[in-house]
Amino acid sequence: MAKKSRREAPAVNASSMADIAFLLLIFFLVTTTIDIDKGIRVKLPPWSDEIPDPLKLKTRNVFSVLVNANNEILVRGESMDKADLREKTKEFIMNPTNRADLSESPENAIISLKNDRGTEYETYLTVYNELKAAYNEIWEAESQLQNGRSYKDLSFDMQKTIRAGIPLVISEAEPTDFGEE
Amino acid sequence: MSKFSKKRGASTPEISTASLPDIIFMLLFFFMVVTVMKDSSLKVKVTVPNATELEKLERKSLVHYIYVGAPLPQFQAQYGTAPRMQLNDQFASVDDIPLFLEQEKLKVNEKERDYITTSLRVDREATMGIVSDVKTKLRQSNQLRLNYSARFRTDDL
Repeated sequence: MAKKSRREAPAVNASSMADIAFLLLIFFLVTTTIDIDKGIRVKLPPWSDEIPDPLKLKTRNVFSVLVNANNEILVRGESMDKADLREKTKEFIMNPTNRADLSESPENAIISLKNDRGTEYETYLTVYNELKAAYNEIWEAESQLQNGRSYKDLSFDMQKTIRAGIPLVISEAEPTDFGEE
Repeated sequence: MSKFSKKRGASTPEISTASLPDIIFMLLFFFMVVTVMKDSSLKVKVTVPNATELEKLERKSLVHYIYVGAPLPQFQAQYGTAPRMQLNDQFASVDDIPLFLEQEKLKVNEKERDYITTSLRVDREATMGIVSDVKTKLRQSNQLRLNYSARFRTDDL
């Protein structure tokens, strides 16, 4: 009987496995979509069917921001540029020099935002972003003052405490209807 | 000295390529995990605005999307050029929102329904009229967690 000519089976050439793997990899590289998953987080106020009473608030505590259909901003009756909005908002909320026409205290400060139906969304979001940024910067400064650490490094409860002292209250009214296309 | 002679005809051993597929499979599994299959094709043009106060959407499974923008050119003959809302794959009107929200709620575990977030993907040129209507409807349906989609803005105002 002839002996088996080889005692070892020939080694399987593994290089083609790499090709198959490359093909699958390229498929997934192509189908992966890098979604935009960031945005400005907002908590809407609950709906109530009753029309709210014209709130008995002191004018000094209300920071009214109006945006018209031409994307112009009117703050407390005077036109303002987007770039100034953040600083003016911070000044209103904290009232460092204790002016009589700015808020009594950060707890009483309310920002009222009113758009027109024709306002562009980009302008609305920029305004909202500046208002939120004002609060974020105030909370950051407060956190540095109280705890010596950045606001982001605080625990959830400590963040809540800071937010309770300087609450973010942005009240949005029904938009006016002067300029919708 | 004859004991230490080099074997004749021996060349440098071939580099084994058997581990190359393993490396590739690792990369492959990484991409399989990271891939998000697009769940709906956009029928409206949506270029989100830029902003700085961005937060990441946690728990993608608890997020659903509402798209608002001008219809794409191929749909403009039928739907016009004014901004419209799209839910999942179809154009929809504001009155379809409550039903849409209910359907999305069913996909989520009971305990986590309070954490459902709506991501508003609105085109920068859309007007606030339709956006306000959408927000009012969301408030009426008690969907209060909202996220305005935006890209990070690098330049100053």
